[in-house]
Amino acid sequence: MLIFVVRRLLYSIPVLIITSFLIFWAVTVSGDPLTTVRQIPRVSQDTINSIIERNHLLEPFLIQYWEWVKSAFTDGFGTTLLGDAPIFPDIRRVLGNTLQLIVAAEILSVILAAIIGVVSAVRQYSTFDYTATTFSFLGFATPTFFLALLLQILFTNLYLSTDVRIFYTSGLSSAGADNFLIDRLQHLALPVITLAVLGIAQFSRYVRASMLEVVNSDYVRTAKAKGVKKRNVVMKHALRNALIPFVTAIALDFGGLFGGAIVTETIFGIDGMGRYLVGHLNTRDVYPVMAWLMITSVIVIMFNLIADVIYGYLDPRIRYD
Amino acid sequence: MTNPNPSASEHLPAAPQVDRPAPETTPGLDADELTSFHEEGLEVVARSQWQLARRRFFRHKLAVGSLVVLMIIVFVGVFAEQIAPYSFREQAPLDARMAPTLEGQHYFGTDVLGRDYFSRTVFGIRTSLYVAGIVALLSTLIGSLYGAVSGYFGGWIDNLMMRFVDLVLTLPILAVLIVIAALLGNGTPIRVAVILALFYWTTLARIIRGNFLSLREKEYVEAAKASGASDMRIIFRHMLPNSMGPIVVNATLIVATAILVEATLSFLGFGVQPPEPALGKLIDDARGFMQSMPWLVMAPGVTIVVIVLCINFVGDGLRDALDPTQRRLRA
Amino acid sequence: MLSIRHSGDFVPEPVLSIRDLVVDFATDDGVVHAVDGVSYDVHAGETLGVVGESGSGKSVTVMSILGLIPTPPGKVTRGEAFFKGVDLLKVRDRELRDIRGKDIAMIFQDPMTSLNPVFTVGEQIGEAIEVHDPSVKEESARARAIELLQLVGVPNAERRVDQYPHEYSGGMRQRAMIAMSIANEPSLLIADEPTTALDVTIQAQILEVMKKAQIETNAATIMITHDLGIIAEMADRVAVMYAGHIVEVGDVDTIFHRPRHPYTLGLMNSLPRLEADERWLKPIPGQPPSMINVPPGCPFHPRCELSREREICRTEFPLLESLESSQHKSACHFKHELAGETSKFVEEEAAS
Repeated sequence: MLIFVVRRLLYSIPVLIITSFLIFWAVTVSGDPLTTVRQIPRVSQDTINSIIERNHLLEPFLIQYWEWVKSAFTDGFGTTLLGDAPIFPDIRRVLGNTLQLIVAAEILSVILAAIIGVVSAVRQYSTFDYTATTFSFLGFATPTFFLALLLQILFTNLYLSTDVRIFYTSGLSSAGADNFLIDRLQHLALPVITLAVLGIAQFSRYVRASMLEVVNSDYVRTAKAKGVKKRNVVMKHALRNALIPFVTAIALDFGGLFGGAIVTETIFGIDGMGRYLVGHLNTRDVYPVMAWLMITSVIVIMFNLIADVIYGYLDPRIRYD
Repeated sequence: MTNPNPSASEHLPAAPQVDRPAPETTPGLDADELTSFHEEGLEVVARSQWQLARRRFFRHKLAVGSLVVLMIIVFVGVFAEQIAPYSFREQAPLDARMAPTLEGQHYFGTDVLGRDYFSRTVFGIRTSLYVAGIVALLSTLIGSLYGAVSGYFGGWIDNLMMRFVDLVLTLPILAVLIVIAALLGNGTPIRVAVILALFYWTTLARIIRGNFLSLREKEYVEAAKASGASDMRIIFRHMLPNSMGPIVVNATLIVATAILVEATLSFLGFGVQPPEPALGKLIDDARGFMQSMPWLVMAPGVTIVVIVLCINFVGDGLRDALDPTQRRLRA
Repeated sequence: MLSIRHSGDFVPEPVLSIRDLVVDFATDDGVVHAVDGVSYDVHAGETLGVVGESGSGKSVTVMSILGLIPTPPGKVTRGEAFFKGVDLLKVRDRELRDIRGKDIAMIFQDPMTSLNPVFTVGEQIGEAIEVHDPSVKEESARARAIELLQLVGVPNAERRVDQYPHEYSGGMRQRAMIAMSIANEPSLLIADEPTTALDVTIQAQILEVMKKAQIETNAATIMITHDLGIIAEMADRVAVMYAGHIVEVGDVDTIFHRPRHPYTLGLMNSLPRLEADERWLKPIPGQPPSMINVPPGCPFHPRCELSREREICRTEFPLLESLESSQHKSACHFKHELAGETSKFVEEEAAS
């Protein structure tokens, strides 16, 4: 088991390196990073020169890459081009906020999807199953931003008509709130729901299909033939096998959630990774963008690794490779 | 024999944010015992594969209904010029802020500048379909070839090629798409389509490669090799036609994904940009007036939902009809 | 308790007695009568071989008795299955569950997929014991599992008991399945194509293990297979099934040497023999019938050489009736015409 983990870890390193290279290359290749800076009136040539100097922009590509990688470890990815703000502290702050959002959404998705999926499979073709299927299809067809906007409209109207704030439609917290936790929950609720809906739609189908496959398998038939109680057949034999791929699906989905977060944060005005990225993309400020991509990739690769390890733990068949 | 170093991701279908994973079991013949008893006992009437597939497809009323709706929508998109009463950017300040009405053919109402939202939606549909179509085409072409080569040759070639696919898929797709679109995009539908295709070919590559890996072992491939057929010939004449089912099904799903992603990109301002029409942009424009004129957000949004829903239903029906693995028929 | 039949045949009370069982499946194309009026008995200590082609209903019969067929789309429309006096088809789920794995045990075809890949073999054998006796402790269950594995001939049982199914070979897995089935000393053992998924060389070994298991438990055994060789090896009595019906039943000697149904005769004659100098094989022409729209009359008549298109074969369904001995029955209008006919196995013996 340990060897398995170490092997996966070692494998991740070249992946990280190649990813960093790809990110750097793709972004640099897209054009002169100083385009926006040059367009600012009254920017002196000196400022421009010092930026060029500091970021090694005149040197060969590989040196630039190396300097960038160095800056990641020593200097927190350096500073932004415009405004000269240090990148890392900002990213750390927004990452924290986004992680709250993403983790909450994932937990909600997983729990609801597991329940819905299992029940749908066990009661195949029942009303519940058809209703769940309908919601799933709707969930797949609705773009995240549209759902977010609909929720905003709905809850704003609720507030306007009843004067009661159930959930907030923007921001992460209100100044002077009595209970920090409740306030935060009220602010997070809508974005989390938005993100979770797609996850639930997707995962419930996945769990359902997985369970159906398992429930019709030969070893479940054997368990029944042995006299095992129906409940145990489902919970012990079927579920464990069905959940193995599900668990890894969850871990792998984190990458997708970052994308969804971009949209959600923009609409709900949350000071998170999404807004950070969009903001700097709009100003074509490449350094924070590269840092963003790199950090996100690290997180995603980390989750992939966790997924592999969990899979190895749950499924004895691949453990002894 | 399983790959000695399976990455967990290999046990899963690739799942871009809005795609659907895994095998879907469908209503109808499910129990294996049932299938074996039923099929073995029947005197089989010879029918061509396509006829069987078509019959199965048309049994799905939902898929057929969705196909009809889709065709109407495609028609609307293609003949946008003729159907839309106004142009995309035409402003009429006197008719501003109208709720949906039959008056003046403003079925979806007008915004603050008096732009007719029905027309704008119609043109937006055209763009979306155009982009999605190109994405599907490119992804299918690239993905199929890539997967075919990888699956056919197997061994270290396959390993290497799939590692690359894995790499692409480890990145958060939407985020990367946004970045690339922001930095390299120029707002034209074509470029957006190409950028999207740069990522979505991977789903098809995976599937085709898996397909080819198993097809490789089939007798007719060995027979073809034994009779001296070249690799190219085997791939194109024997194996690809047998992979048509999964190809078509996945291409359909890619269309659905592409529509959603294109809309998201144009909503954020990084996708298709003015002067080209885009559904996402319509919603973004209307966002500031969401409370007073919610229909401006709803109309294009519901349009997107309907299109994608129909595509998904059709895709489901196609999967039922074409993908033999789901039926668990005996070989 | 003995029940006296005519002709002085003494037959003990059967362990399992199936009476007129009808099992239907609802499909998109219509209702399939997978089992269409099947009756047979099995007695303690004997092995009943149930032989037939795929689709003849031999598996569905036993699966439906144990409540193992999915009930939509399957349904037991009619019939009784008396196991030690209790009608399994009328009994409540709970009681059926108690019987499954304890009094009646089943061995399935494919041992790779029939064992759960995420639990050790020992855990799964132990489960069979623990489910029926909750007071059993883990250690004793494990010890018993080791005992059973040794009984069925799994080498190195103390180590193997903690291994996973994928670490076993095909033959070993089937041995483990057999061990699991006899764990609670069942009175009835049902084996559904137990060796079909295994290599021929392993088959013989597994059959040996099964014979041993049967001796150990004195269980009644139903051996379901399409392989006549296994029947010859293992069965005391044979029931031949076709299209959801029993067409002939009798002891193994009679069935092989003096079959009295054209289908059985056809089966025997279609087997190739190593010793004889045969130039052509003699298969039974035609295909099994559609189980949805069953034509009237005998289900076998389109392929039957004996029938010669006679009216009654097309219109009237032949019932399973006794021949000279009540232990030998055949469902054919013209079974008497086969009297005196012997299958080629007998000819060959006469010749040698």
